[in-house]
Amino acid sequence: MEMIIENELVKELANKHGRTRESLIPILQDLVVQNRFLSKQDMVDVARELDISAADVFGTATFYSFLDTEVRGKYIIRVCKTISCAMKGKNEILATIEDTLKIKLGETSSNRKFSLLETNCIGWCHKAPAMLINDTPYTELTPEKVTEILREYIRK
Amino acid sequence: MKEKHVKRVDLIFEKTGCREIMEKIMKMKPDDICQAVLDSDLKGRGGAGFPTGLKWRFTFQEKEPVKYIVCNADEGEPGTFKDREILDQVPGKVFCGMAIAARAVGAKTGYVYLRGEYKFLIPKLNAQLEEFNTLMDEFNLNFRIKIRLGSGAYICGEESALFESIEGKRGEPRNKPPYPTTAGLFGKPTSINNVETLVYAVMIIKYGAAHFKELGTKDSRGSKVFSVSGDTPKAGIYELELGMSVNEFVEEFGDGDTKAVQVGGASGFCVPRKKFGETIIGFEGVPTGGSMKLFNSTRSMYNVLHNYLDFFTEESCGQCTPCRVGCQQLLKGVEAVKRGDKNSKYLDELVKLAKTMKRASKCGLGQSVGNAFGSIVENFKEEIIY
Repeated sequence: MEMIIENELVKELANKHGRTRESLIPILQDLVVQNRFLSKQDMVDVARELDISAADVFGTATFYSFLDTEVRGKYIIRVCKTISCAMKGKNEILATIEDTLKIKLGETSSNRKFSLLETNCIGWCHKAPAMLINDTPYTELTPEKVTEILREYIRK
Repeated sequence: MKEKHVKRVDLIFEKTGCREIMEKIMKMKPDDICQAVLDSDLKGRGGAGFPTGLKWRFTFQEKEPVKYIVCNADEGEPGTFKDREILDQVPGKVFCGMAIAARAVGAKTGYVYLRGEYKFLIPKLNAQLEEFNTLMDEFNLNFRIKIRLGSGAYICGEESALFESIEGKRGEPRNKPPYPTTAGLFGKPTSINNVETLVYAVMIIKYGAAHFKELGTKDSRGSKVFSVSGDTPKAGIYELELGMSVNEFVEEFGDGDTKAVQVGGASGFCVPRKKFGETIIGFEGVPTGGSMKLFNSTRSMYNVLHNYLDFFTEESCGQCTPCRVGCQQLLKGVEAVKRGDKNSKYLDELVKLAKTMKRASKCGLGQSVGNAFGSIVENFKEEIIY
């Protein structure tokens, strides 16, 4: 007989949010908060817990850019690339982050501490350029300011 | 001709307690509330501009016992950031607007769909929600609000995609009709309103429809919160009377070298300098959900267009072919023209494609890509080609 290893976190989240289809996205969002991404196993376990197909879970997760299905770092940096931020020096910000963390756009550092991504408009156009580190917005960035912010995170 | 200037207004951010509003609406019948909002001529502030009172009345008239109020806080249009400020400064007024709407249509549950990018607002909103729930109890109302977070999908600002997302599915827009007032969230009659619209409803109940209507024009009553960004010394959030021309706007917010204003974000229209005088910002001219982006003469409009097309190509949900393939082809097309692989006549073909997308796409995303595309290509053809 196949042994099913209980996924305690998934169970706990299903208890918290419920087991209806409406609970799916809140569960996936909380899994991302905990693990920074959705593993295949977690998605299969969520499907079992909610009694829906794993394909449905995978299909839903991959629709949303913040529900990552690839391994990500503890701190996910999303630099806004939409027009105002692009006009106000987004590329310079990106280059500074790449230099400081020694990772390229789209990569995760080998210690899994940082991931560097671009994202579409995050709603801080009047204080461009802007970025999110996990849920926290940082605005009116300059290369100096970004270096300072990253130094704090490296120390954490 | 009457001299007009940009006029500042202070309704949205004015401190208003929900208790005084609730005391007023408890004395009103649901249809009276719909009528008051209808009398004000308030149109939805998310960009589409559907009359709010009518939306509420349609939902009210449905016989189905379960109905929903949804606050659309999935503010994703490039250049729009006013809802974030409203939710940050006056969250209580947003919930209060939902309570008014709930009483008008007969809903017991409301949802706020907040974009994931604004997750940092959650602690503040939850604290406000506790106060709100206490107030609802005082008035013996069992209206409750749930907050749902988005996860980085622009398309979920489209109302039916937003419902799908709350229901736990991919945020793919539905066919219309049926419209949300008949079959919205969970298939039930739903009134879905923008954050700003709900706060204006509060102010209409507070001061009356006549007061709201004193401002604005016949087609665009009242005021509106604008998100101003780009090449401007005064980037920020401003509540202004509707009915100004782009010229008046540029005189106030421009840097003296404005060559174009993108009104309504990536899905809106580009107004070139020669049309500033004749173009009214509002439903009679260029409508906007609030996004006002200024470009000065140092900017390449090719880069602007390319950025928008890149945005749409990524954010198209991919469900319907005209939008999915259309966005990709427009992007590839302008790149080919820029490289010289295609001659300038090819731009006319691309404009035709954008028009086809307007007619054939399933939802507002694909339907409005042609707005920016057509207006930028038409007015800045040389910059796209050379």
